Amino acid sequence: MKTFAIAVLVFGILPFAGNVQAAGGGDYPHSPGVNMQDRASLQRGAALFVDNCMGCHSLEYKRYGRVGEDLGIPEDLVLEHLNFTTEEIGSRMEIGFPEDDAQDFFGVAPPDLTNVTRWESPDYVYSFLLGFYEDESRPFGYNNEVFDNVGMPHVMERMERELDEEEFRQAMFDITNFLYYVGDPVKLERERMGAYVLFFLALLFIPAYLLKKEYWKDVH
Amino acid sequence: MAMGKALADWVDARLPVSEAMRKHMTEYYAPKNFNFWYYFGIFSLVVLINQLVTGIWLTMFYSPTDAFASVEYIMRDVQYGWLLRYMHAVGASAFFAVIYLHMFRGLLYGSYKPPRELVWVFGMMIYLVLMAEGFLGYVLPWGNMSYWGAQVIISLAEAIPFQVIPFVSAERATELGEALTTWVRGDYLLSEATVNKFFALHVVALPLVLILLVVLHILALHEVGSNNPDGVEIKKNKDENGVPKDGIPFHPYYTVKDFAGVVVFLMVFAAVLFYFPTGGGYMIEPPNWQPANPMVTPDHIAPVWYYGPFYAMLRAIDFNFILEAKSLGLIVMGGAIAVLFVVPWLDRHPVKSIRYKGWVSKVALGIFAVSFVILGFFGTEPADKEFLAISYGDWSKLFTFLYFFYLLFVLPFGHRFEQSKPVPDRVTTGGGH
Amino acid sequence: MSNDGVNNGRRTFLIGVTAAVGAVGVAGLAVPFVRSWQPSARAEHAGAPVEVDVSKLEPGQRVTRGWRGRPVWVIRRTEDMLEGLERIVDEGVLADPDSEQEQQPEYARNNYRSIRPEILVLTGVCTHLGCSPAYNAEPTPRLDHGGFYCACHGSMFDLAGRVYRGVPAPTNLVVPEHSYLSEDVVIIGSEEGDTA
Repeated sequence: MKTFAIAVLVFGILPFAGNVQAAGGGDYPHSPGVNMQDRASLQRGAALFVDNCMGCHSLEYKRYGRVGEDLGIPEDLVLEHLNFTTEEIGSRMEIGFPEDDAQDFFGVAPPDLTNVTRWESPDYVYSFLLGFYEDESRPFGYNNEVFDNVGMPHVMERMERELDEEEFRQAMFDITNFLYYVGDPVKLERERMGAYVLFFLALLFIPAYLLKKEYWKDVH
Repeated sequence: MAMGKALADWVDARLPVSEAMRKHMTEYYAPKNFNFWYYFGIFSLVVLINQLVTGIWLTMFYSPTDAFASVEYIMRDVQYGWLLRYMHAVGASAFFAVIYLHMFRGLLYGSYKPPRELVWVFGMMIYLVLMAEGFLGYVLPWGNMSYWGAQVIISLAEAIPFQVIPFVSAERATELGEALTTWVRGDYLLSEATVNKFFALHVVALPLVLILLVVLHILALHEVGSNNPDGVEIKKNKDENGVPKDGIPFHPYYTVKDFAGVVVFLMVFAAVLFYFPTGGGYMIEPPNWQPANPMVTPDHIAPVWYYGPFYAMLRAIDFNFILEAKSLGLIVMGGAIAVLFVVPWLDRHPVKSIRYKGWVSKVALGIFAVSFVILGFFGTEPADKEFLAISYGDWSKLFTFLYFFYLLFVLPFGHRFEQSKPVPDRVTTGGGH
Repeated sequence: MSNDGVNNGRRTFLIGVTAAVGAVGVAGLAVPFVRSWQPSARAEHAGAPVEVDVSKLEPGQRVTRGWRGRPVWVIRRTEDMLEGLERIVDEGVLADPDSEQEQQPEYARNNYRSIRPEILVLTGVCTHLGCSPAYNAEPTPRLDHGGFYCACHGSMFDLAGRVYRGVPAPTNLVVPEHSYLSEDVVIIGSEEGDTA
């Protein structure tokens, strides 16, 4: 009976388990190996994002103050180097670029990127950033390996020219890493908390199990 | 202490508290041979409480008129809001996981057979309400998968074959379907009006029904007493005090046992909650991290995993037979759920528990369970994907057939093709805990 | 089923331990539910300190700023007004002329109820039932030296927000925490700048 039960469970879960990988990863040419512990990278990523991307892309649900808190950037530096739009630390990372104008200009409004690593994946974002190639047929002269006929111009063109390949990849990694953090800002806290909770439950199980055993001595 | 006793007596004289405690806990005799499968009932109660409490809390921050942004507000701005939201979302999946295993337990040991038919029927009603509740709740975050999922499901109303009603023409039937869809949406498209309505149903109406049904489910169970893995009626063997010889008081024996089990369950729950809160895209799908967008359909629309089996059955029907495929699929899907309600009357096997049934029943139940799970998998996948050069959609036809074959053929007639083992008079122990 | 040789002491002990550890768990579980009722990041942002440039403020002029949903007045008082604050104390019409009740931060506990004598920062909410009193820069029949008059129930306050005797309001108007970020800028709701 037990084996039967286990067999049912295993066969039941296997097809799903195989697929979880697919849902999480997807097949993209580059995999960044994101690391939320790497604060230096996240800080650089934040600065790069604000300088290069926030002309068009907002992080509508993200607050400057939270970025500072999570990434260890003091408030005055956040106000000086990241928050150019308002003078308030708690304001959201919104942009002034009207959506309609953007639509006229690029053919499609640049999406808000707060959750981009969630609806896509870090792999996608990284591959997208590295994936621009010259294509005369496109209005801005560039196309993208993972986003065919992309509306976005190759904003990092100058950066790609001026930096060596290693540096450019690092910069794109930093942006990806930062967006990964923005998509799931509580990840580290969540996992730390999870460890405590699991440890506590394991602890609680000991007396609970002994209690059960003690009472069930009566049952023959 | 004396004060406490006096107060307890005072209340008891006015409300049957101690009597209820005795009837449902200390003098409710449960068979002593419950095994692993008997934990899932209590687990579903734990999850129900989790859903109610986290749900009430989410209501404090959620706003149906600004749905997507308010969920992001919960996830990012409300202190520990992310935890509440994940508890609720993971809880939804956990609810179905434990309910499916709980139902499977019923099929294993014939727990629906007389005199427990009503217990099963109330259970099925709970399951049905839960499916509705899950669907409504899935729409509320108003992500792009919420939108398109709801779009597909609500459009099913248009497939209802009203033309089978006498004097209703095909044309009139289409009109009726469309009118019904519009009525459900409260608008000509899925909109704020729909979310508002679903919100009210999700947080007030259906939870009330759910709680009522759970009470009825337990009352009915305690009236007839629990079944057990041997399918032996413990009430047939009572001692001189009228206590079943194979029964033990629910409290303290099963309360302490269930408590230990619940702790283990909570560990599994916490592991998912803290380390895989989106369930790898099965519990919160990637497109739902973008706001609802009526202009862009996600590449792959799939229901949440727990509707997978029924969705696969819906899609498996891609041929016309008397009715159009669309209507036929709806009927098959509805039938798959409806037929579960009448399982107590379909099963004509003389033996309750799988332990004493023959190999035909055992193999058939195994195939049934595996078919259901595979259908669940197919339901979450694109129908045109292939396995061994046959599309998932076509495979689904086979497994849909096997699903119905078990319920409509094996349950009523399976016993004619097998030799059952003798059922003991008393419960056996050793195979269980 | 038999109850022979039951060790009741052990049972009681195990119940106690399980209940105690379980209670810790329930308390821990309650934390997120309780904490979620605290102001959210949005509320914190909305309630963030407010900066006011006082360099443009004419003598006698008042500006009103909302902070945490309440009106906060910033007034540049004239020499006459400040003199009035000295005189009114001797007249004995005030209920709490020395600001003994804690209706102001310590650095505003002086005769002007302010950091700089001329600049008054005051929460414009009557301490009776929460109406917002009217500002009278000039003397009126009721207020000899000018002040604030609450139309709801007739409470009166002088130009430092000190309450008159015999009116419904029990205490002086509240001076919110504030400080000077520079010569010209006062920040309401924060003490990160100078408070002297």
